Amino acid sequence: MSHARLRVADVSKRFGPTAALDGVRLEVAAGEVHALVGENGAGKSTLVKILSGALAPDQGEVHLDGTLYHPRNPLDARRQGVAMVYQELSLAPHLSVAENILLGAEPTRAGVVRRDERDRRARRALDELDRADVPLGARAGDLPIALQQVVEIARSLAQSDTRVLILDEPTSSLSEHDVRRLFEAIRRLRDRGLSIIYISHVLEEVQAIADRFTVLRDGATVGTGAVAGTPASDIVRMMAGRQLNELFPRSPHAPGETILSFADVAGMAKPDAASLSLRRGEVVGIGGLVGAGRTELLRVIFGLDPVRNGSVRVASWTGWATPRHRLSQGVGFASEDRKAEGLALAMSVADNITLSKLAGLGPGPFVVPTRQRAAATRWADRLRVRCHDTSQKVRELSGGNQQKVAIARLLHHDVDVYLLDEPTRGIDVGSKAEIYGLIDQLALAGKAVLMVSSYLPELLGICDRISVMHRGRLGPSRRACELTEHAVLMEATGQA
Amino acid sequence: MSTDATHAIARWLSRNSWVGPFVALVVLYAVFAMLVPDTFPTAGNLRTMVRQTTVVGIAALGMTMVVILGGIDLSVGSTVALATVVIAYLLQAGAGPLAAALGGVIIAAACGLFNGVLITSLRVMPFIVTLGAMGIIRGAAKGLAHEQKIDAPVTWLNNLIAELPAGSRWQILPAGVWLLVILALLVSALLHYTRFGRHIFAVGSNEQTARLCGINVPGVKIAVYVIASALAGVAGIMQFSRLTVGDPTVASGLELDVIAAVVIGGGTLAGGEGSILGAIVGAMLMTEIKTGGTHLGLSNWVQEIITGVIIIVAVALDRLRHRRAGT
Repeated sequence: MSHARLRVADVSKRFGPTAALDGVRLEVAAGEVHALVGENGAGKSTLVKILSGALAPDQGEVHLDGTLYHPRNPLDARRQGVAMVYQELSLAPHLSVAENILLGAEPTRAGVVRRDERDRRARRALDELDRADVPLGARAGDLPIALQQVVEIARSLAQSDTRVLILDEPTSSLSEHDVRRLFEAIRRLRDRGLSIIYISHVLEEVQAIADRFTVLRDGATVGTGAVAGTPASDIVRMMAGRQLNELFPRSPHAPGETILSFADVAGMAKPDAASLSLRRGEVVGIGGLVGAGRTELLRVIFGLDPVRNGSVRVASWTGWATPRHRLSQGVGFASEDRKAEGLALAMSVADNITLSKLAGLGPGPFVVPTRQRAAATRWADRLRVRCHDTSQKVRELSGGNQQKVAIARLLHHDVDVYLLDEPTRGIDVGSKAEIYGLIDQLALAGKAVLMVSSYLPELLGICDRISVMHRGRLGPSRRACELTEHAVLMEATGQA
Repeated sequence: MSTDATHAIARWLSRNSWVGPFVALVVLYAVFAMLVPDTFPTAGNLRTMVRQTTVVGIAALGMTMVVILGGIDLSVGSTVALATVVIAYLLQAGAGPLAAALGGVIIAAACGLFNGVLITSLRVMPFIVTLGAMGIIRGAAKGLAHEQKIDAPVTWLNNLIAELPAGSRWQILPAGVWLLVILALLVSALLHYTRFGRHIFAVGSNEQTARLCGINVPGVKIAVYVIASALAGVAGIMQFSRLTVGDPTVASGLELDVIAAVVIGGGTLAGGEGSILGAIVGAMLMTEIKTGGTHLGLSNWVQEIITGVIIIVAVALDRLRHRRAGT
């Protein structure tokens, strides 16, 4: 290892009574990809906020290339060469790619933007990422999410002499192919001598891209080392004190009568043709690439998106319905996009859990707050949602706990069919294990679960049957125990 | 003070947005009372201020619902004017006072239905639809009244927010003010203790989530605009009571006072937040500044500047309060 580009020494940070960071150490060398892993609430985001200048540490020091690094704000951090690419992209959607890349640092002459120079610099930044295919004149908002991310990274390259690039969950909304392109770009930057701090929940990714890793738990550094030669199960144990294979509970499921079936379902754009039947007491997974039409399939079935063709049958009801009617038929849907769709973030945990079924929480049209909170508390306790109490706003919870609230709503509604879209996206390992356990219990209790997931170990680990969607067409379902990750991936990419 | 206690207070403040404006209301009262000790801190003046707040206060109940829903209603002033015209018209045509008042409220509710249906079916932003409705309703009021004030026979409607006569002091406040109090309690209960009320918050907080939860989003929206406009109709009754004639040009710009009251009281135009008590306190605060300013002999323009400053300061403090509560 060469000299330490970035050295974090015993940094601590408190928020009121809670210590978010308590003596964190981190060393990142020049020209290395360093994975920062840990459960939600472990302190990753606080540490990253300190590095990117959004927060100041209470104690401890950070050194950048041997000199004390103490940015006053994110802009100052960027000027000193530490750039951050956030999970939620921050482009101006109405401006062009080139305008976004040089936003705030436009080359000017007498106050007038020099377009040729701007385009030249933007082009050079994209070239560095080997993404010359991104059109400079396109509106950023029109680009797919993967290219928006490329623009965001290009921005940090074009605007300052970036030495440390921080990527926060960069693959959370990318397809397999885009992930590969991103990794290529990261390797190019690394080979040029950049230090990259890579934050991820996905250990497979960490193993694929990172040279070294540091694990945070409860605000402290619990381990660091070279990725090569460290088994994933060791990293997981450091994160949660748990073995990987313990994540997936496998109880024998005894499927009963068919409760949901659909044939030749087609949405306006996607899917093209999907047929499947789902029985009580079983968990069926839908695999495939992002953009294959999996989410759209669930949305069409639930009545959120318009339907073009096909038939659906829920228990004894046939035909299409609105979300309202689907809920009354006992079908519930948990969205992949918790923030924009799944949850009312400014409302309380109790409101979010009980929202779809407030009836019965008071006489007539009334809702009695104590009864509402009691009902919500029951589910929050059952799913071990970590919150002060159920009157706390959902916005204040971590991603894993928010997801539990979204699922608790379906439990409160007591639906029979759970349509779960990426139920463990962006949540920590501990919460994942709890949600896997819950899905297993639901199947044991005779509920039916239809889940979409891009995380192959999870599909293979908890589903009884799996269907793979490729370009809007849903393949035949097969028993999970007969499938491998490789087989699912081949089918998802249309090579099977 | 321990940090735990500070946090508990911050949390309590973050859930009770009326506290800040209420403190401002009390402090300003004390300031005016010291500056004009002879006329300002009297029971009579207090009653006058409360009476003068009734029109804005009742309209603000509806606006609070609309703002929580994530919408806005710029047509409130026009609706109030139309209601006064309709009431006067019906009284002139020989209707009883109660029937005339009900007629005004029904016409106003129809305006809300118009707004709600257009907003949900055309999917045009509420700002634009109600901006258009502001002109349409004002025009309709002027057309109905032939661009004149409509005189009406004297009925008990004229006394709803008038100073109580000596023999009726046992009522403490005139009937119109009591109606404001009762409606405020009813709307507050509707918002916090009914399914419909929780649905309003849900739609304003996140419309997608509301849809996902099977809430009839267009239905909730239309119902809120209808109720809000019906309340504007009730505000119109009070406005008529003050004028004793139907006036199609009255209450011009009232919508801005009403929105200001809601916003001072903790409503955010992004939706999902708002407080009935806060809106009433906000309306009171604006009346207090106007009255206090008049008692001090301040010119109108000074009062307007102070009111403007208060609106901005209140919302800025509200933002700060949100940040303190932490997310």
